[in-house]
Amino acid sequence: MNIVVLVKQVPDSGSERKMDPADNTVARAAADNVVNEIDEYAIEEALVVKEAQGGEVTVLTVGPDSATDAIRKALSMGADKAVHVSDEAIKGSDAVQVSAVLAAALGQLEYDLIICGAEATDSQMSVMPALLAERLGLPQLSGARKLTVDGGVARIERQTDGGYWAVEAPLPAIVSTWDTINEPRYPSFKGIMAAKKKPVETKSLADLGVDASTVGLASATTQVLDFAGRPPKGEGVKVTDEGDGAQKFVDFLAGQKIV
Amino acid sequence: MAEVLVLAELNPAGGGVRKTTLEALTAARALGEPSAVVIAAPGTAAGIKDALAEYGAATVYVAEAAEVDEFLVAPKAEVLAQLVQEKSPAAVVIPSSPEGKEIAARLAIKVGSGFLTDVTEIAADGTATQVAFAGSVIVHSKVTAGTPIYTLRGNSVTPEPAPAAGAEQAVSVSISDAAKGAKVTDRVVEQKSSRPELTEAAIVVSGGRGVASAENFSIIEGLADSLGAAVGASRAAVDSGFYPHSFQVGQTGKTVSPQLYVAVGISGAIQHRAGMQTSKTIVAINKDPEAPIFELADFGVIGDLNAVVPAATELITARK
Repeated sequence: MNIVVLVKQVPDSGSERKMDPADNTVARAAADNVVNEIDEYAIEEALVVKEAQGGEVTVLTVGPDSATDAIRKALSMGADKAVHVSDEAIKGSDAVQVSAVLAAALGQLEYDLIICGAEATDSQMSVMPALLAERLGLPQLSGARKLTVDGGVARIERQTDGGYWAVEAPLPAIVSTWDTINEPRYPSFKGIMAAKKKPVETKSLADLGVDASTVGLASATTQVLDFAGRPPKGEGVKVTDEGDGAQKFVDFLAGQKIV
Repeated sequence: MAEVLVLAELNPAGGGVRKTTLEALTAARALGEPSAVVIAAPGTAAGIKDALAEYGAATVYVAEAAEVDEFLVAPKAEVLAQLVQEKSPAAVVIPSSPEGKEIAARLAIKVGSGFLTDVTEIAADGTATQVAFAGSVIVHSKVTAGTPIYTLRGNSVTPEPAPAAGAEQAVSVSISDAAKGAKVTDRVVEQKSSRPELTEAAIVVSGGRGVASAENFSIIEGLADSLGAAVGASRAAVDSGFYPHSFQVGQTGKTVSPQLYVAVGISGAIQHRAGMQTSKTIVAINKDPEAPIFELADFGVIGDLNAVVPAATELITARK
């Protein structure tokens, strides 16, 4: 069972994130960059499947040189090797363009299963599995809170409001995971040391056979025109409960014509 | 006037279209004349056609086939792509559910377009508004390739009736084998609730770590029920096992944008703010006067939630 896990490095959602006014893209260079949190669940799930069924887990990421930190994290958790697509021309690409780069990179790998996180905390689009399924002609098993792989068939519970859908597909397939699916392991000291010796292959667009003029800001399918900080909320009213807090709260709601 | 295709989203519990569909029809009117598209099991359109017409659908395209529900996402994208190619609409507007965003993504690849997700507003020139980074940044964007495709975030637009003809037009459906990869074998509802759906609700009452136990969430539910609200929970509350994950509001949970959001015993970590910051009115109840949630709150009560919340519930119930 060969598994490719897609990993994205993102600005830490727990710190202040900024846009770059020079080109209206996410300011990544100056950010506190981490592995997209939900991707850790995808890595864990890939390791669980591999441990049960054998095979190899390959990490695939598209990102600047700094994304090697994200790769090392995945390798230290237990993934076997990595492919890092890095090319200056990719900067500013939108989801449609990045999906083309990922699809080209996946075309050079052997896999039975592709697993990724259901959403990145920077763009919050939740569309990469659908984009890749469409491009690669693979079944889409997205939004999983549970995965089982058995006899060449992958089955998921796709998380929905108040329940789930049972969805199944023959392999190869692409699966995306929510943070309900498992509890990601912490890298052990041994894992961290071993990760330093695991192979990381860096590929350029030319290596993938992707025309550089089809990616990047200039040929993006969407364009950010402008951005602004959300206007600060006016100072709210704050009261200390002295037995009358509930009444003041309800009076406020009444003033807003809510009750 | 240019035609704008609007994909109808059905209420999963049965009983017509979701409010998000009416919002999408309303938003689409900025760009042209909306036509609704119903891609669903046979016999669906008859029950929702009137609502679609009332909210501005001049035409209702009906693509009914059992297969579109038997397989995940891909068949709907295929039918919608076929319609886009036939009708050359000015734009496509889709409600921003997980499925809606995935349909938009596949459609974009099929027809060679760009797409924008979770837009909160669409202007006549096609410029869309989005909020980024936990609601802290407002972005204006445009689709620059192909037919613009938008997914509209729920509760961003107030649905306004604009009665139109709603002329039914049947669309022949033939689903390719490629779109039949992921088979839906069961749909399971684990939590039946009489409360409104979290992302659709006009009022949301959420509890956090301060609620202190699963049992004590009953006071959150009590306040929610007195207001006709949905119940939400912070990640801290979900991780502590106080409330099920499907009610989590925040960066890794649901994003809500109700008229009123009441945060009870929630400190207001960025993780949580990401999911509720764009709410119209925010009320916070917390015993810690320094809790960051108060920075967002239009009205804050510093006090013990175990005293304030039940008392407020009683006062609200008494007003009815």
